[in-house]
Amino acid sequence: MNQSEWPLWEVFIRSKQGLDHKHVGSLHAADAAMAIQNARDVYTRRQEGISIWVVESKHVHASNPDDAEAFFDPANDKVYRHPTFYQVPDSIKHM
Amino acid sequence: METLEMTQEEQFQARIDADVRIEPKDWMPDAYRKTLIRQISQHAHSELVGMLPEGNWITRAPSLKRKSILLSKVQDEAGHGLYLYSAAETLGTTRDQMLADLHSGKAKYSSIFNYPTLSWADMGCVGWLVDGAAILNQVPLCRTSYGPYARAMVRVCKEESFHQRQGFEIMQTLCEGAPEQKAMAQEALNRWWWPTLMMFGPKDEDSPNTAQSMNWRIKRFTNDELRQKFVDMMVPQAEFLGLTVPDEKVQWNEARQAYDFGEVNWDEFWAVVKGNGLCNRDRLGARVKAHEEGAWVREAAMAHAVKRTEREAVAA
Ligand SMILES: [Fe+2]
Ligand SMILES: [Fe+2]
Ligand SMILES: [Fe+2]
Repeated sequence: MNQSEWPLWEVFIRSKQGLDHKHVGSLHAADAAMAIQNARDVYTRRQEGISIWVVESKHVHASNPDDAEAFFDPANDKVYRHPTFYQVPDSIKHM
Repeated sequence: METLEMTQEEQFQARIDADVRIEPKDWMPDAYRKTLIRQISQHAHSELVGMLPEGNWITRAPSLKRKSILLSKVQDEAGHGLYLYSAAETLGTTRDQMLADLHSGKAKYSSIFNYPTLSWADMGCVGWLVDGAAILNQVPLCRTSYGPYARAMVRVCKEESFHQRQGFEIMQTLCEGAPEQKAMAQEALNRWWWPTLMMFGPKDEDSPNTAQSMNWRIKRFTNDELRQKFVDMMVPQAEFLGLTVPDEKVQWNEARQAYDFGEVNWDEFWAVVKGNGLCNRDRLGARVKAHEEGAWVREAAMAHAVKRTEREAVAA
């Protein structure tokens, strides 16, 4: 029986209150409770976190790197989405 | 456009040359993938097997403080193994496969861990020299071309410097102690010095894959360059401790601004690599035993998880 391998989990950690959970790596565990327990031991041995999320890797869907250009390029020519595109008269404050 | 005329492989190399990281789902040459799987899993195996020589001393540490420190260090090494196995898995291999290759002897791990740890001073030498050598190897890999590998190495390197410092502190304490303690430190240095120099691998002229690996930026310095750096770093530290490096040829070379040093015993190196070191059988035996005796735990945990999921499905 080679189905002995525990499923893979992606680990996300909030390093301190007020910050996002950030992907830090992955690990194997039989279930979510064990994944959180193991994540604590593997990824927060030096107070790197105050909160942990785990997601089974098979549930993560990703964009395709081969489509990256077509997918992300439409944002390239939309400079007007940035505040620096606009000219504000010198006499106008607080804008 | 120029890129249209480039082959996939040329585009890949161009990205590496521009220091753009390669990520798991990006196209990569088969040889790059294979070489990385071998390199990363070998490194992971080294972290795992590397726990054994130090584990030997956890129950014999001379104080509670030393015991806590050593326990922490060994736990870190387990963590390093896990970061690296995860990085290798992103390349399409499995944990089971990598462990099977380690246990069958097909995969290698660092030859240094096939030497025995005979005295408490060996814990000093392992931290100071072996982790010191590992750091030299690992720091440049924080900038390696494969993203998950580089990120794992950043994490590893952050944790390594405590390993080296605690080893140096053990040596320093012994060297400032009774003559017997200092003698113990010197005796350990005598045994560990040469095997540590071997950690950097064969001489450049006997390392035919170096050029390709440097092109791919999965290796950033040659074996001999790193060995030289190590000697230059360590000789003054040994002098500070009042210890003598067991190599009569060690001498400062003013012209090169580096230390000259003697030749590694390459016959011994290859014998250990081929499985005939002092502890090869012990180390592998201990690994296989731990794995096999843990099998029922892994199976039980999985069966429990499956049962609970089913129960939750029925309840829902
Ligand atoms: Fe390590
Ligand atoms: Fe290491
Ligand atoms: Fe270490």
